[in-house]
Amino acid sequence: MTFMGWLTIILFAVILTALALPLGSYMAKVYTGRRVFLSPIFAGPERFLYRILRVDPEREQDWKSYAKSLLIFSLAGWLLLYVILRTQNAFFVPHALNPLGYHSAPWNVTFNTTSSFLTNTNWQYYGGETTMSYLSQMLGLTVQNWLSGGVGIVVAVALIRGIIGRSGKSLGNFWQDLVRTVLYVLTPISVIGALLLVSQGVIQNFSTYLTAHTVTGLSQSIAMGPVASQEVIKMLNTNGGGFFNVNSAHPFENPTGFTNLVEMLLVLIIPAALVFTYGRMTGNRRQGYAIYTAMMVMFLGAAAVAYIAEAHGSPAQHLAGLHTHVISGSGGGNMEGKEQRFGIAGSALFDVVTTVTSCGAVNSAIESFTGIGGAVPMANLSASETIFGGVGTGLYSMLLYVLLAVFIGGLMVGRTPEWLGKKLEAREIKLAGLGILITPLAALFCTAMATASHGGRASISELGKGPQGFSETFYAYLSQANNNGSAFAGYTGFVQPNAGSVGSHGVTFADLLGGFDMLFARYAPILFALAVAGALAGKRVTPGGLGTMRTDNPTFVVLLIGVVILVGALTFFPALLLGPIVQGLSGHLY
Amino acid sequence: MRRDIVTSVIGILVLTVLIGLVYPLVITGISQVAFPGNANGQKVYVGGKLVGSKIIGQSFASPVIGKNGKPEEKEEELVTEPDPRYFQSRPSATEGGAYNAAASTFSNRGPNDKATEEADAENIKAYLELEKPYDPGLTAAQVPVDAVNTSGSNLDPEISQANAWIQAHRVAAKRHLSLGVVDGLISKYTDSRGLGFSGEPGVNVLELNLALDRLAGGTH
Repeated sequence: MTFMGWLTIILFAVILTALALPLGSYMAKVYTGRRVFLSPIFAGPERFLYRILRVDPEREQDWKSYAKSLLIFSLAGWLLLYVILRTQNAFFVPHALNPLGYHSAPWNVTFNTTSSFLTNTNWQYYGGETTMSYLSQMLGLTVQNWLSGGVGIVVAVALIRGIIGRSGKSLGNFWQDLVRTVLYVLTPISVIGALLLVSQGVIQNFSTYLTAHTVTGLSQSIAMGPVASQEVIKMLNTNGGGFFNVNSAHPFENPTGFTNLVEMLLVLIIPAALVFTYGRMTGNRRQGYAIYTAMMVMFLGAAAVAYIAEAHGSPAQHLAGLHTHVISGSGGGNMEGKEQRFGIAGSALFDVVTTVTSCGAVNSAIESFTGIGGAVPMANLSASETIFGGVGTGLYSMLLYVLLAVFIGGLMVGRTPEWLGKKLEAREIKLAGLGILITPLAALFCTAMATASHGGRASISELGKGPQGFSETFYAYLSQANNNGSAFAGYTGFVQPNAGSVGSHGVTFADLLGGFDMLFARYAPILFALAVAGALAGKRVTPGGLGTMRTDNPTFVVLLIGVVILVGALTFFPALLLGPIVQGLSGHLY
Repeated sequence: MRRDIVTSVIGILVLTVLIGLVYPLVITGISQVAFPGNANGQKVYVGGKLVGSKIIGQSFASPVIGKNGKPEEKEEELVTEPDPRYFQSRPSATEGGAYNAAASTFSNRGPNDKATEEADAENIKAYLELEKPYDPGLTAAQVPVDAVNTSGSNLDPEISQANAWIQAHRVAAKRHLSLGVVDGLISKYTDSRGLGFSGEPGVNVLELNLALDRLAGGTH
């Protein structure tokens, strides 16, 4: 470990908070319909979009109507994406947008990929530069990078409206929220972010792959493409599906230590800002600060454990005779699967940033992390996106836990639980409980199915022996259930073709199980969150009394952290013990 | 219901055109004008010939010429050996030969895998074989981790300074340069941390090697 490593983690948290505060209040203005400094630019396009979409933005929707619009829009997006991916080399696709003439992946891989991008998971059973045309990357994947994140954000906004709503059942208007998210939040950050990334070396072109002739007489083929425009939104909307197979480890996606910092900030900026938006919209900013503190404490804890574990090095390294301590000119540590320019701290922090959220981008190979280092992303996933979480999904997941914490706190002091002046009753608690349990349930059920069947074992890599094979499997379904998309990349649902050959070949079992895992664990919690919003929306607000448990003080922060960790640990500890912890506690090789 | 379907269909089509075509084309247009070098991959030419990208790692090994005068192949991959005049990049396990930048891949070597330990041991041995004749005091314990472990992308353009300083002994001897000159070039082509704190310093292998060639060609 180095001083610079720790400094990176601390400064990252400081910069993030400094940026998220103003963005949070900006977003609160956007979603309450107030004028913002970008209104002169976007008010016109906003009205234009309502007109061609035939939307009346004033039409108020209750939770069922809101959910219906959301589901139908998602279905339309699913179908279009599936068609785009399956017609990759059809006659109407211009050669310039599929310069290598890639064929489409088969139906099972495409089912998985389509579900993956719709659900903001971006699990990838394909290698970008060896299977995807430029057109598929842009018209298919980039579009859902924007929209799946947008859908997550509007659900969080709707839930906030339900929590604060004093009369009626309205949660706002789905189309209005979506259009505003795309225009006022995603467009400015994406355009500026993409250009910033290009200025640092991320590529953006439609050239065919290069062939270089090296000074030692070898030839090297180099993949190209419109990367920056996809890279920025992949991070910003916590999607995480890389343009290239190795995602943000690729120098064309993430060329320097500086871009690494920018990309990490892009991932957390909206999830962090939304917490402050919540505080603003409830009229008590301390509510936001309390949740933010709980998230930040867990985040920094995870980052510290990952950094210490990776800096220590792996049993394989030590038994081979490598010394992994810091020496002059080298940071040491477990550099297997890590890039020199990011080093140990930049890789460990990136890993934590992308697994507490639903991003799942990687700048290093998680499969090669040490046992404890690899247990950190799994523990992050076990927290079900409550530590910042995905855009929107993080806030609404955490608010369900807040509800649970208030309920448990109420039981402890023996009073009817109240939250922001509203009495919590059986219906809300049941819905929140289901919303919380559905993701772990999907993850564990699918892991059990995959480890207990021949179909599942086919996906474990050759190297994945012993606990590593279990870790691969568990991680795969945990990651897909949490709509994360990062992977122990040895686990596979496809067979990578040689560059230039016809499509990949799917492992149907893994493709389908993973696809359903993602769809179920995405849309069921959305419905429960919206139902909770609906249940809370009409409730009368009574002023808090002396006995009311406050949700904006340190006691509550501790209680909330306790609830998150307790639920995660009770659900996942047995599975974590079987895989990464066994490896982390023993120096044994398999 | 019907209204939602109409809006959804129009919505997804309109947004697909705006986000999927207009947005990337606008970004491409601006990038190609404002940052053409970066947007096109920081190509490096020597004598008008494309030799690689500044930020994509490459192999500095040469093809082994067999008895029949043709490059030897094994399992459809060229057999190569490190060119001792050049700094060597980190080990790379891409398919179709090292540093295949058309098919990036993780090595996926687990922390407790025997295979990882074997690969590490083999790389340590190869590194010592190459460097020890020029740096006699070198032991396995001093081999920097990045010289042995494969990178994330398997396309890492950089090596650690510690790794470069060891290799400098060999390169200086082979090129009849003083160690000071080579170490000076290492410093020159070391990229610093982002904003002074983010990431690790690293030595750009391609730039360093090309600078050495220029020195030899007298065009420096």
